[in-house]
Amino acid sequence: MRNNLTDKDDRIMQKMKLVVVGNGMAGMRTVEELLKIAPDIYEITVFGDETYPNYNRIMLSPVLANEQTIDDIILNTREWYAEHNITLHTGARINKIDRKNRVVYAENGTSAEYDRLLLATGSKPFMLPIPGSDLDGVIGYRDIKDTNDMIAAAKVHKHAVVIGGGLLGLEAANGLKIQGMEVTVVHKNDWLLERQLDKTAGKMLQKNLEAKGLNFLLQKNTELLIGDDNGRVKAARFADGLEVPADLVVMAVGIRPNFALAESAGIHCNRGIVVNDTMQTYDPRIYAVGECVAHRGISYGLVAPLFEMAKVCATHLANFGIGIYKGSVTSTKLKVTGIDLFSAGDFSSGDDAIDDGREEIVLHDAIGGVYKKLVIKNDKIIGSVLYGDTTDGSWYFQMLRDGKAIHEIRDHLMFGQDSLGNTGHQGQNKAATMTNEMEVCGCNGVCKGTIVKAIQDQGLFTIDDVKKQTKAGSSCGSCVGLVEQILASTLGGGYAPPSTSKAICGCSEKNHEEVRAEIRANKYLTIPDAMLGMAWRTPNGCATCRPALNYYLLSTWPHEAVDDPQSRFINERVHANIQKDGTYSVIPRMYGGVTTPDQLRKIADVADKYAVPMVKVTGGQRIDLLGVKKEDLVGMWADLDMPSGYAYGKSIRTVKTCVGSEFCRFGTQNSTQMGIDIEKAFDHMWAPHKVKFAVSGCPRNCAESGIKDVGIIGVDSGWEMYVGGNGGIKTEAAQFLCKVKTPEEVLEYSGAFIQIYREEARYLDRTVHWIERVGLEYVKQRVLEDAEGRKAAYERLLYALQGSVDPWAERVQNRDKHKEFETITV
Amino acid sequence: MSNWVKVAPFDEFPKLGARVVRTTNKENIDIEIGVFRTEDDRIFAINNSCPHKGGPLSQGIVYGDKVACPLHSWKISLVDGKAEEPDVGETACFNTKIEDGVVYLELKN
Repeated sequence: MRNNLTDKDDRIMQKMKLVVVGNGMAGMRTVEELLKIAPDIYEITVFGDETYPNYNRIMLSPVLANEQTIDDIILNTREWYAEHNITLHTGARINKIDRKNRVVYAENGTSAEYDRLLLATGSKPFMLPIPGSDLDGVIGYRDIKDTNDMIAAAKVHKHAVVIGGGLLGLEAANGLKIQGMEVTVVHKNDWLLERQLDKTAGKMLQKNLEAKGLNFLLQKNTELLIGDDNGRVKAARFADGLEVPADLVVMAVGIRPNFALAESAGIHCNRGIVVNDTMQTYDPRIYAVGECVAHRGISYGLVAPLFEMAKVCATHLANFGIGIYKGSVTSTKLKVTGIDLFSAGDFSSGDDAIDDGREEIVLHDAIGGVYKKLVIKNDKIIGSVLYGDTTDGSWYFQMLRDGKAIHEIRDHLMFGQDSLGNTGHQGQNKAATMTNEMEVCGCNGVCKGTIVKAIQDQGLFTIDDVKKQTKAGSSCGSCVGLVEQILASTLGGGYAPPSTSKAICGCSEKNHEEVRAEIRANKYLTIPDAMLGMAWRTPNGCATCRPALNYYLLSTWPHEAVDDPQSRFINERVHANIQKDGTYSVIPRMYGGVTTPDQLRKIADVADKYAVPMVKVTGGQRIDLLGVKKEDLVGMWADLDMPSGYAYGKSIRTVKTCVGSEFCRFGTQNSTQMGIDIEKAFDHMWAPHKVKFAVSGCPRNCAESGIKDVGIIGVDSGWEMYVGGNGGIKTEAAQFLCKVKTPEEVLEYSGAFIQIYREEARYLDRTVHWIERVGLEYVKQRVLEDAEGRKAAYERLLYALQGSVDPWAERVQNRDKHKEFETITV
Repeated sequence: MSNWVKVAPFDEFPKLGARVVRTTNKENIDIEIGVFRTEDDRIFAINNSCPHKGGPLSQGIVYGDKVACPLHSWKISLVDGKAEEPDVGETACFNTKIEDGVVYLELKN
């Protein structure tokens, strides 16, 4: 009967049934992603052939090395399944899919009907087809059972042979050594990890592991495993006749996608279950994720790609019809405590490689045990190998994935991100050298040990997860680099740094650039129209996307887009800066930091009248009245009769000036007047983030132009302009842009620069972040080389600011309209 | 025993916004209640104090049936006053109703 029903009819009557075959990381990650975006559309049943709930497979090596326990690595407890109404069958291997009737059958007699089926059957260790491979004591290394078998064997046996000198083999060997066995690693190539390392790094690794007590037999092919009278392995023999004792043999020569079940059901497989970019198999009701699939001909054996697949698959299971998986670039890290190793991309060398247009930058300190190689092609990093110091692995990997042009930083590239002035909190920049008690996040007081524990106990895989769970890096963000290092070293190969072009927030798949482009192309003028047109997932967005959308609309369509006060942060909504006790601060504008006795008297009178608790001179050369009640704001503005200083907004803040040539005996230019002119010209300007200017009258630079978004320094022959400086979380020196002759040119060049930033930067990007992404060359091209473009950009800025009014005066005039300021007493 | 008090006309509450209501509780202590209006014109009332550090929730950005605290962006549910995971905390809720275009609030006795 049910065959006559469509999914839709089905859904009206009851939830659709989703059956997941495979209770591992890929399958359960997909379920988690699905629950996040569509918690109610499926009745979910999960089958796993292991007897445990979902656990963190990549942490098996630390378990074998006595660094963690099985309980530590459980990701989803049985309670979690129950809480989410998921039926879990453990120890139940599915051996038949009846696609016609949409039922799966398990070996133990259980069965389940499905509307959608998700295959996540993973992979299995490849066992060498040699005589003796079926003896007792010959195992692969894949799951908790294998791990327990190894730990048990170590208690009663002495000699272990690990076949395969890859990541898994070395982690197994290290663990068995720690369990007390004599371990020999057998490898058929002439250096270890030949897929992850070049020969130099491979040999360095071997030396370090030998120092830890491991033995190596390289360029050896195992021919035969010899058993004793009880059918247990006792020795291994190689092609050259050498024989070594072996009471335990671990085969770690690779994994094979586990697709036998799919193949037996007639689903198209080709060395894996073949899926398209939506993770759908040739049967449209059946999806597949993880190590069992072949996507564009590739099967992945690392965890990071699985998570990307899970995310895409979940959006399709949720019927959103969005999300495309395009394949992954992977990186690896060896999880052997005390050994630091990272590799990513294509790093093969040799004459062929060089002819191919590749260039290599290599740093090799044999005594210090550090080796770094970057492979570059067409101005982009295409591969990297790091040994001994992997601090910058994530940074290189991110540039590799994003295809970032590196010529501007090529000189410093090898010396890492720190060489670019990007040091972390307290000058700490190497997570590895920090003790567990040391503070990583200064805003929220989070120590390294807390972060490591959260990553391990709660199974965290992304920076966002860590921020959410521990708060580390979630406030000012200056320690995110350190947090990332901790994440990378704790997870090893499980960590993939986020691409810099990520979605605007959880409400949409689109990134900032896509959102901006669509607003322009479709001329959206209101937030509801933009959300409707771009298929926003939530009815009215969230506190992250709404302010961004509001800014994008206003900056793209000035005078046409509708400003939505409810989508602005409170400070911009009430034109004052909220303080910790819910009071506000009031900072009137003092153009160029210049004031008058009259202004000061007025400020003093207002401070008296409203009993302002604190009057303070700000860093931006003006006066701050702190501790003001919201209901007093409008009255104070009326009494002050001065313009708003915009000290609260993602907007132009102040133009800081020095005394300049009018009074200063060193001054070469009238910096005060220049500052006043700039502040007046760009008054009321909204921007992706706050924008600070400074003008100094001579190279002594008393206005600190070197740490401003736009810093101007007067010299005898004109004005030097610097951009992208920042005195905040991370001190960034501004970079020289150009030198111009006249004050008019200062306005035009700085206006054009700011306008292009306003039109192209992501919301909450300071100028420094934007320049870091697009490169100073790009900025120079737009502002300096393209004179027409510069003039046009400056005109667009002036047009956007045309007719703008002081928000305080506006509120004072329309007092009755702003009920928001009034408290209701009952 | 219910104690419904009249607050203000419904259309004096901004969509996706809030007003502050000041009143005294039975111990005669001043308290502030944030009265929120969602996009679909439902009215919610919660204590105007974030469970984190007492931030004035009425000043936050309202979306769906949640508000983001203006101080440190904790997300508080307007429906039950609970903080969104992984944050843990809860602020008091009050019943509301709309009659003849006027918003009423039920104060606790």
